[in-house]
Amino acid sequence: MIHVTINGKAIEVAEGSTILQAAKSAGIQIPTLCFLEKREPVGACRVCLVEVEGARTLVASCSTPCTEGQVVHVNSPKARAARKQVVELLLSEHDGDCQTCERNEDCELRKLASDMGIRTVTYGGKRAAAHLDESTPGLVRDNSKCIKCRRCVTVCNQVQGVGALFPQGRGFSTVIGPAFAADLAGVTCVQCGQCAAICPVGAITERSAIDAVWAALDDPSKTVVVQTAPAIRAALGEEFGYPPGTRVTGKMTTALRQMGFDAVFDTNFAADLTIMEEGTELLTRLKRALVDKDKTAALPMFTSCSPGWIQFAEYYYPNFLDHLSTCKSPQQMFGAVAKTFYAQKIGKKPEDLVVVSVMPCTAKKFEAQRPEMNASGARDVDHVLTTRELARMIRQANLAFTELPDGEMDAPLGLSTGAADIFANTGGVMEAALRTAYEIVTGRELPVENLHVKPIEGLDGIKEASLKIERTQPAWSFLEGVELKVAVSHGLGNTRKLLEKIRSGDASYHFIEVMTCPGGCIGGGGQPRFTDDSVRLKRISAIYAEDESKKLRKSHDNPAVQELYREFLGKPLGHRSHELLHTGYRAKERR
Amino acid sequence: MTKTCTCACAEAAPDEKELMGRLEEVLAEQKDKPGGLIPALQTAQAIFGYLPENALRRVAQAFDKSHSEVAGVVSFYSFFSTVPRGKYLVRVCLGTACYVRGGNEVLRAMKDKLGIDVGGTTPDRQFSLEVGRCFGACGMAPVLMVNDDLHQRVKPAKLGELLEKYRAQAVPAQEAKP
Repeated sequence: MIHVTINGKAIEVAEGSTILQAAKSAGIQIPTLCFLEKREPVGACRVCLVEVEGARTLVASCSTPCTEGQVVHVNSPKARAARKQVVELLLSEHDGDCQTCERNEDCELRKLASDMGIRTVTYGGKRAAAHLDESTPGLVRDNSKCIKCRRCVTVCNQVQGVGALFPQGRGFSTVIGPAFAADLAGVTCVQCGQCAAICPVGAITERSAIDAVWAALDDPSKTVVVQTAPAIRAALGEEFGYPPGTRVTGKMTTALRQMGFDAVFDTNFAADLTIMEEGTELLTRLKRALVDKDKTAALPMFTSCSPGWIQFAEYYYPNFLDHLSTCKSPQQMFGAVAKTFYAQKIGKKPEDLVVVSVMPCTAKKFEAQRPEMNASGARDVDHVLTTRELARMIRQANLAFTELPDGEMDAPLGLSTGAADIFANTGGVMEAALRTAYEIVTGRELPVENLHVKPIEGLDGIKEASLKIERTQPAWSFLEGVELKVAVSHGLGNTRKLLEKIRSGDASYHFIEVMTCPGGCIGGGGQPRFTDDSVRLKRISAIYAEDESKKLRKSHDNPAVQELYREFLGKPLGHRSHELLHTGYRAKERR
Repeated sequence: MTKTCTCACAEAAPDEKELMGRLEEVLAEQKDKPGGLIPALQTAQAIFGYLPENALRRVAQAFDKSHSEVAGVVSFYSFFSTVPRGKYLVRVCLGTACYVRGGNEVLRAMKDKLGIDVGGTTPDRQFSLEVGRCFGACGMAPVLMVNDDLHQRVKPAKLGELLEKYRAQAVPAQEAKP
């Protein structure tokens, strides 16, 4: 341990701690911009400058280690003036059209300028070259707003291991972007949107579908239905001043109805449906592999709900594509069922029905546009909104969100179980699948406390669990005594590590859940900013609480799903399921 | 930097397979070395005369890096070029010493004489123009380099003469050295 004094306060910290960490441990705030928790500090922005007695210059507290006896002044006149000047310089090259900027409510640069009392920008100077990149379905990049803090570079390269964004050029003309500062469509990008979630300003945002959704709602010839992903309800409240982890399912439902949606449905319904299909698919693969000794039954099987992961596999791990479940994601299953089963029920043609999704995700915008996602004969999902866009629409509709009464979702596609809720959390799809698969095989409930598989909860990058199958039903006797081994990864960087372990033979599993974003969908690229681990954990708890509040907590108990099979689909993996609910993947050349 | 191609592609095409083959040899040698990327790019540029996109993508793949990262390295260093260069690369120094002794006037005159901008190549593919950032010859400012030849105390009015010498020769002349 070493001893430092910050703002006159004696602090003891572990060796190797930075000044910023020491200050934080003592409750002393230092403004930061480029800093990201748990990542190597880049020291790019200089917003965290502090004065250290005896040091020749001011130092960046995020990247300066503490030394024994160090005396630090965070708020000396010199440090304050320097930080203010740094922010002024950032403002001088930032295209600050704050009134109309998408980030005007949560811009970190605007907040810093305000906190520092900047009321005039002394520096005229040149602006960065403007380039608006609208080349991809999910994301928009506006270089004129970029302040080159490089947070997006850190998440894209270190967290996700994709590397679509990197500093291009040098000096003032540096552009943070894809190769040679061209368009994102020209490089490998999985559209996860972690860059958009982490950007402090309006330089990277989702590609908005708000206008298209209002146009559909205003068109009297269209029936417009909405599906909401489970992760939304644990995060939307943050946009209206609720603390992270506040569940707002009921208010959200009322808001959507008041905005003019003809029916408010739940992606959870399709999540339960996914479990029926995916659970059966897993058991079928196990049977083919263990009983029929069929070499083409690819194990481990991977989940396929996360479209960023799908693209990641298509680009980087084409050899694993056979291992991906052929199940479409819940969003796309919902679209296909809504435009066939539900459209028939209400006597509408698929083309007169508009399906809008609210997703925590920017990659879902890409997924909805995949050419094969038209099983109903029309686009299965027409428009995808992020959680942030829904919040904006609620404000545009002049709804006092916090005052709204709780509403209930509509039948039949609004009914769901707790197993569907937990799809939002890392480990959740696995747990939901185990709840159903175990019961199919043994006829008994999953033998874990409160149905939660503890080893696969939480924020460790790669998690593992195993489950011994005993006293099976006669039809599944081939699984008697089998130790079912599962793994869960979230964040594509972690996923890459897991895949390499499997490829080298250092690990083997039967079933693996992959979610693209850290924490799972609750940490998605379309969720309210700013998402750090403390926020992730609160959202995760909220989702488990939502699950526990449900009477039905296993997908196969969902009566609306049972009815769908009875009236329309037949059985899991049946002919109609195959047509509507399953898909294929293709290797893509890295760009 | 754009993908604008100023080269005579038809001429270069027959060689490409052979050049890519040579690139593979370099990559086999460099790809597992820490810090091997920049040497590999330098050698690739020597092979192709510049860094064509397909070569860059191959380099990125071999080093298991993203195209954006490799492009970031290439665009950071002014010695790398993603457009084909002329037989003679003219680099006019704009370092501090050259700048105060008229480097900018030399550059302006050079642009006029060649009819190209910085980063450009003449239509006959004889000359490319770049800006240099100090060649360590400040005592002789303003200077410029043509390939490996250093020209000192350059006067804008004498540039025509200087360029003619190169035009007249098949290979860069050693005696042009001061």
